[in-house]
Amino acid sequence: MSVLLDILSWLLLMAGSFFVVTGGIGLVRMPDFFTRLHPSGLVDTMGATLIVAGLVLQAEEWQVSVKLLLVLVFLYLTGPTATHAVAHAALVGGLKPWTKGKGKDQD
Amino acid sequence: MGGKLVHAISLYAALFGLWLLLSGFFEPFLLILALVCCAFVVAIAHRMDVIDHEGQPVHITWRLLTYLPWLAVQIVRANIDVARCTLSPGRPIDPILKWVPAGQRSDLGTVIYANSITLTPGTVSTSAEPGRIQVHALTRDGMAALEKGDMDARVRAVEG
Repeated sequence: MSVLLDILSWLLLMAGSFFVVTGGIGLVRMPDFFTRLHPSGLVDTMGATLIVAGLVLQAEEWQVSVKLLLVLVFLYLTGPTATHAVAHAALVGGLKPWTKGKGKDQD
Repeated sequence: MGGKLVHAISLYAALFGLWLLLSGFFEPFLLILALVCCAFVVAIAHRMDVIDHEGQPVHITWRLLTYLPWLAVQIVRANIDVARCTLSPGRPIDPILKWVPAGQRSDLGTVIYANSITLTPGTVSTSAEPGRIQVHALTRDGMAALEKGDMDARVRAVEG
């Protein structure tokens, strides 16, 4: 049973890590600020969820699991709010979004 | 005023529940201290006039719980889409910035809709006004899916 839990836990951790790494690659590959916001969304939705789910299976006390799940709840509430604030600030600050026709990256 | 009492009770229950979950103490003496402590916090919150339908949205809690599983499925789908966009060679993105209509009647509903849009990778809300939300999407498909209005209608249903 515990071996089964370990295997499941590791699968979740690996899947979560995949999304975190993909988010990181996206941050490098995307052309401008606004498009970079999207891959970073991978990190704090699927990445965080899968990693916390994997850690919950590793927890030995129920309290640790509860605290991990609370971390996830607060991440879901604060993540989008922070992203919205940053994106809105960029737009108000006069940053023009990159569009496909433009061709050149404006790093 | 009757509604206000419901919000205060809901805040009290949430605080005490959080206390129990985080502390893990179940001795009578400590439980009594916790009950007093939570009552004190609710009293302070009442004096600050921050106990309202936005902090304690009890009127939509059940409908919100039926919306969240649907949102979770959308998030998983969007994650896979964005991961594919990120990793595939040639970077198949076509970003677009556009206002989409938001039919929610309350600020709370608009915030839930805007937060759902941002929580779904591939679309980020960049401005919100009553009646409309400005969205930056990574692909035209992502914007088209949002413009179909499925999520908008579901958040409206959450509002009741």
